[in-house]
Amino acid sequence: MEELAGLTQSLGELRETFKSGKTRGVEWRKAQLRAILKLVEENEDKIFDALQQDLGKHPVESYRDEVGIVKKSASNSLESVQKWMAPKKGHLPLLLFPATAEVLPEPLGLVLILSSWNFPISLSLDPVIGAISAGNTVVLKPSELAPACSSFLANTIPHYLDSQAIKVIEGGIDAAEQLLQQKWDKIFFTGSPQVGRVIMSAAAKHLTPVTLELGGKCPTILDSLPDSDLEVAIKRIAGGKWGPCSGQACIGIDYILVEQKFASILVELLKKCIKKFYGESMENLKNLCRIVNKHHFNRVCNLLEDPSVSASIVHGGSWDEENLMIEPTILLDPPLDADIMTEEIFGPLLPIITLNKIEESIEFINSRPKPLAIYAFTKNERFKQKLLSETSSGSITFNDAMIQFLCDVLPFGGVGRSGFGRYHGKYSFDTFSHEKAVLHRNFYFELEPRYPPWNNFKLDFIKLAYDFNYLGLLLLLSGLRRIFRSKRSN
Amino acid sequence: MAFFDPTATVKELRGTFDSGKTKSYEWRVSQLKALLKLASFHEKEIIDALHSDLSKPELESFLFEIALMKTGCKLALKELRSWMAPEKAKTSMTTFPSSAEIVPEPLGVVLVISAWNYPFLLSLDPVIGAIAAGNTVVLKPSEIAPATSSVLAKLLGQYMDCSAVKVIEGAVPETTALLEQKWDKILYTGNGKVGRIVMSAAAKHLTPVVLELGGKSPVIVDSDIDLKVSARRIIAGKWGCNNGQACISPDYIITTKDYVSELIDALSSELEKFYGKDPFKSDDLSRIVNSNHFHRLCKLLDDDKVSGKIVHGGQKDITNLKIAPTLLLDVPEDSLIMNEEIFGPLLPIITVNKLEESFNIIKSKEKPLAAYLFTNNKKLKEDFISNISAGGLVVNDTAMHVAVSTLPFGGVGESGMGAYHGKFSFDTFSHQKAVLLRSFAGDLAARYPPYTQKKQKLLRALLNGSLIGIIRVLLGWE
Repeated sequence: MEELAGLTQSLGELRETFKSGKTRGVEWRKAQLRAILKLVEENEDKIFDALQQDLGKHPVESYRDEVGIVKKSASNSLESVQKWMAPKKGHLPLLLFPATAEVLPEPLGLVLILSSWNFPISLSLDPVIGAISAGNTVVLKPSELAPACSSFLANTIPHYLDSQAIKVIEGGIDAAEQLLQQKWDKIFFTGSPQVGRVIMSAAAKHLTPVTLELGGKCPTILDSLPDSDLEVAIKRIAGGKWGPCSGQACIGIDYILVEQKFASILVELLKKCIKKFYGESMENLKNLCRIVNKHHFNRVCNLLEDPSVSASIVHGGSWDEENLMIEPTILLDPPLDADIMTEEIFGPLLPIITLNKIEESIEFINSRPKPLAIYAFTKNERFKQKLLSETSSGSITFNDAMIQFLCDVLPFGGVGRSGFGRYHGKYSFDTFSHEKAVLHRNFYFELEPRYPPWNNFKLDFIKLAYDFNYLGLLLLLSGLRRIFRSKRSN
Repeated sequence: MAFFDPTATVKELRGTFDSGKTKSYEWRVSQLKALLKLASFHEKEIIDALHSDLSKPELESFLFEIALMKTGCKLALKELRSWMAPEKAKTSMTTFPSSAEIVPEPLGVVLVISAWNYPFLLSLDPVIGAIAAGNTVVLKPSEIAPATSSVLAKLLGQYMDCSAVKVIEGAVPETTALLEQKWDKILYTGNGKVGRIVMSAAAKHLTPVVLELGGKSPVIVDSDIDLKVSARRIIAGKWGCNNGQACISPDYIITTKDYVSELIDALSSELEKFYGKDPFKSDDLSRIVNSNHFHRLCKLLDDDKVSGKIVHGGQKDITNLKIAPTLLLDVPEDSLIMNEEIFGPLLPIITVNKLEESFNIIKSKEKPLAAYLFTNNKKLKEDFISNISAGGLVVNDTAMHVAVSTLPFGGVGESGMGAYHGKFSFDTFSHQKAVLLRSFAGDLAARYPPYTQKKQKLLRALLNGSLIGIIRVLLGWE
């Protein structure tokens, strides 16, 4: 393995910077957040180009899912960081009077962010915003599978951000392995469960806390809906499947659950929607991202290979190997034990699974690993409640898809196989902070019963105190609780 | 003991969890009440077990084990409804019209591995959080406190819903077998070495962990203080907490060269008041838990660099596993005692010329679970709070922060990760599920392809939350 050039020195510099205290000041944090805003504003076209190169992402999509997200997140942090940094007062039992308690957020130190290739700009910069807001120094390793974006970040970030505190290290598995051998104060990873396990094992050696943003098969439940709503739902489903990076998104829709009787109309409406969004011909899929690379292209195509799976294709199914394009593809009831229904698809294939009753969807979901997101299109309040309380997932969104990602007020993160830890808005700040408990006392009002030698009076005092029985305490202290009087020895 | 079948245990608990039984408010309340009952009805038995495991003084057992656990339980009972309630979140114009909430949900089947020093509290305090959050639980008490372990197994079996809460007793083989299972959360209290093993095992199943570890918790003592009160508070936190065998015990003191003799005098005289001239005769000190730890502590004392530095105490009684409260002055930085968590009745005192130097000494070591400062100097307090990183800080007292349920209890860096106590316990054992509710109205074509310039402008305005911008784009003014 080739040693990463200057790694030890870089990390040494970042540790020194953190030690100097510079990154703790609110002004430094704000300056860096402003610099991120400036970076994306001044380099919008370069970002669009890089995303076009890496993924064939259309500029509107790039703005919606990458530039826009970063700007929104950075502005929100800029506005709120001072408030987030303030200590929170803790309520105290009277027994400890006079004292004050507070919870003070403090930066963790030097953090590592490993981002992924599907949203190579936002999934890199959004966690960086959290890390900086919380006052940490950062190493960002963008994914080597989106090389144009990786090199854009590596070349541009040093011109805008404080390079003594924020460094980009490019590279593939070798680089990641070397980075993981180092001691970090937090590792934030976006990617697959397989790599997530490797990251956490490496982190365990140094007792480093980790946030794992993984994926999973995000189901969409489509209940019966009036026609007008159904039309909106179909658009939102198509938008949530092929819209974000052609299905290569951790919160993208993986499959649909629908009652048997609605399956054919669903297929028809989806087909119409695909035509409207992406046109009719394979050659002209301008609004659709391509598959990131040959490896993933083969992986997605292989999902269709199984004859019983390919037999279930009801729309699409063609691909263009040269341009790494796969057509939006719909499958009706592929076998449940086929790879397409056991692995995260992460591509533009959409299986529709039919059920006799839509309520069966709960059991269907619960018999599989917990997904990052569940989407449910329904107007049935009872069903909503049932889904909410009986299924488990990172998030659940009713009557829309993907949009929960935009909600800064909601924590974004998985549960079970879809990961743990969370970020976005204030949650990003918390993820990169340690909540330090601080208790202030003074020297007055000393409670004698705290100290040995122990006796029954002290024991009784403490019992009353723990029950917050202040009247009892007064009685005890004034000697009116007779039984203790004789035993008082101090 | 017959070897248990860990797979079957977890399977049964998962079955219970899947039945949904543990999710109800009523079930959680019934279990919390059962815990309270168990602690009240069997106080004597618990105190006896703690005495057998550690010679823990009755009052200490009551104060730091039973009462703290009951307080935690009562708080959970009182607040449970509000903890369980979904939290409304304010949504922005970007996702308008919508409403959002954060719904806490139980994680599933959780494992609590507890420690021997507070074997009752450190077992049941996390269990309270796990139950309050609606999980099923396996508790593995420490085999190093066998009497308490067996009392816990017996009482929990008697009082709790056995299909949801189980105690597995045992040592390394049992723990290893448990760690091979898939859990939805593991809370471990103990040391960093085992903490690493727990986390590595958890990584295989992507299980989040809370690691409650220890570290060398320093005490900085300034000279402008009420010395008597300070000395007593240091003693209460050191020897009054299981004879120094507590993760938040003061591990070493830093004070100035000018002040150190006064401090030693005060500590010595208060120690004598508390424990008498012969501390081995006092019933108010715990013993060392076992001969392993006794020898470990002796090794720290017998180090050539250290043995001449004793200024108070130093007596050892191997038959009764007792070590007297011991003060050491100016042990070298490179001695074993200054590089390991002491976890016993030895207290080294390091002197500096200026108190400010203490910060560098603390910062040169791993982050401790707690750090304490005694001073009346406002500036020093502020510097301490902003400069010293530790799980928790206390100014002018020791260990008291543990009893404050509104403060999170947990470490940072080498002292661990994750936190619990009060509402933090509930959160630790819950997943905060993000819920977004949308209606079918207010659909925005700009979200969908085919993409155009106008759509990009509209999205731009929307993401920026600029109402004017949105109107301008919609009216075609831009």
